[in-house]
Amino acid sequence: MKQEVILTTKNLKKSYDNEQLVLKDMSFSLEKGEVVVVVGPSGCGKSTFLRCLNMLEPIDSGTISFKDQVIERDRKDAYTIRQKIGMVFQSYDLFPHLTILGNILLAPLKVQKREKQELIQEAEQLLKRVGLLDKKDAYPRQLSGGQKQRVAIVRALMMHPEILLLDEITAALDPEMVREVLQVVLELAKEGMTMVIVTHEMEFAKAVSDRVLFMDQGLVVEEGKPEDFFTSPQTERAKQFLNTFHYEAI
Amino acid sequence: MDFEFIRGNVPLYVEAAGITLRISFLGILLSTVIGLLCSLVKVFKIPVLGFVVNCYIEISRNTPLLIQLFFLYFGLPKLGIVLSSEGCAITGLAFLGGSYMAEAFRTGIEQVPKIQTETGLSLGLTKWQVFLHIILPQAIATSVPVFCANIIFLIKETSVFSAVALADLMFVAKDLIGIYYKTDEALFMLVTAYLMILLPISLLCSWVERRVRYAEFGNSSAVPGK
Repeated sequence: MKQEVILTTKNLKKSYDNEQLVLKDMSFSLEKGEVVVVVGPSGCGKSTFLRCLNMLEPIDSGTISFKDQVIERDRKDAYTIRQKIGMVFQSYDLFPHLTILGNILLAPLKVQKREKQELIQEAEQLLKRVGLLDKKDAYPRQLSGGQKQRVAIVRALMMHPEILLLDEITAALDPEMVREVLQVVLELAKEGMTMVIVTHEMEFAKAVSDRVLFMDQGLVVEEGKPEDFFTSPQTERAKQFLNTFHYEAI
Repeated sequence: MDFEFIRGNVPLYVEAAGITLRISFLGILLSTVIGLLCSLVKVFKIPVLGFVVNCYIEISRNTPLLIQLFFLYFGLPKLGIVLSSEGCAITGLAFLGGSYMAEAFRTGIEQVPKIQTETGLSLGLTKWQVFLHIILPQAIATSVPVFCANIIFLIKETSVFSAVALADLMFVAKDLIGIYYKTDEALFMLVTAYLMILLPISLLCSWVERRVRYAEFGNSSAVPGK
């Protein structure tokens, strides 16, 4: 059965300061309900790719389309499309001057102009699900990294995005907090949330993804189902990369 | 020390302190508005206005207030613009203070990490909404210490206003010295008057600074991905 394609990029090229190309030629499409994990060595352009999808970075050439509509960074409708593409970043970047509830409600209140009471109910339900209902009136500084990151996910979900982009959301966390965050993402995947995830957690990638993109030097080097990619990678570069995660006993 | 003389002249000082306070208040209020507008022009890098604001800030910060006042009081009338002593004082203070306030706010705004803007944008907020609801509250909190220091600096600067015949504290003290030659008493009262104005403001500022410390926390220093 053919699923609906909701996000595509064609021949995306991107450089910083007109120097070396960070993204050389990215063509990509994402189906509704699909979870794509992007892996690759540092500096391969995977974070840049994600940032381009949300129009946080200008692109040099190529196109990005959301449901057959070409999106551009400088156009007015960038704001309306961004509402449908949620993003969570590596640094748990909650707004420090607002409470947890304030953080979560800001965008739905100001952008979608929804009813406050209804929003509070929805926020409380989501906070309960990630186990943080008792923190709703706390300030971000009173939370641990893992808790902040779970709030950041809830904040993104409150906008009812059709796609969620997760940019190394556990990279800045202490190891024991990684699981509590990834658990939330796994549940979202189970519920059918469409996601593009950049991560260095290979076990998690294997568990959560429908498809894996392996990037190196601004290109997709290999693409495949997680069970194939992680057990028998085809390219030499991917084999090398996956080997760095294995340790031999001394 | 002639305490009888001091007691007798208290009302004179109280009246003068009133003028000093009024000028300070209006001047600082205007400075804040000018500063906020100028910092916005600089932060949003508005083309032509940006250049004008830069010129203003350099002129204002690199000339003494006394010279600025002389220009307003003696120079402008030659161009057909006549300001009262009070008008001169307020305009002069606002002209000087505006640039200091602009720099205070600009630093505050620039200290908010870029990721905060990106997070706001990715939630679908417009640039202006991001500025209003996310950047500005944090920027104000970080600007508070410099803002407070500026207030105290500007109130102290008002002591040059007697040069344009404004009957402020300094003016009254100089007057008393000139008429009665009671230098010690007049200066003692002058210092006391300034302390009575500035100490409470200074204490209030420290209190406010402690209240807004939240802005120092919760910010992550991590940089966005490459």
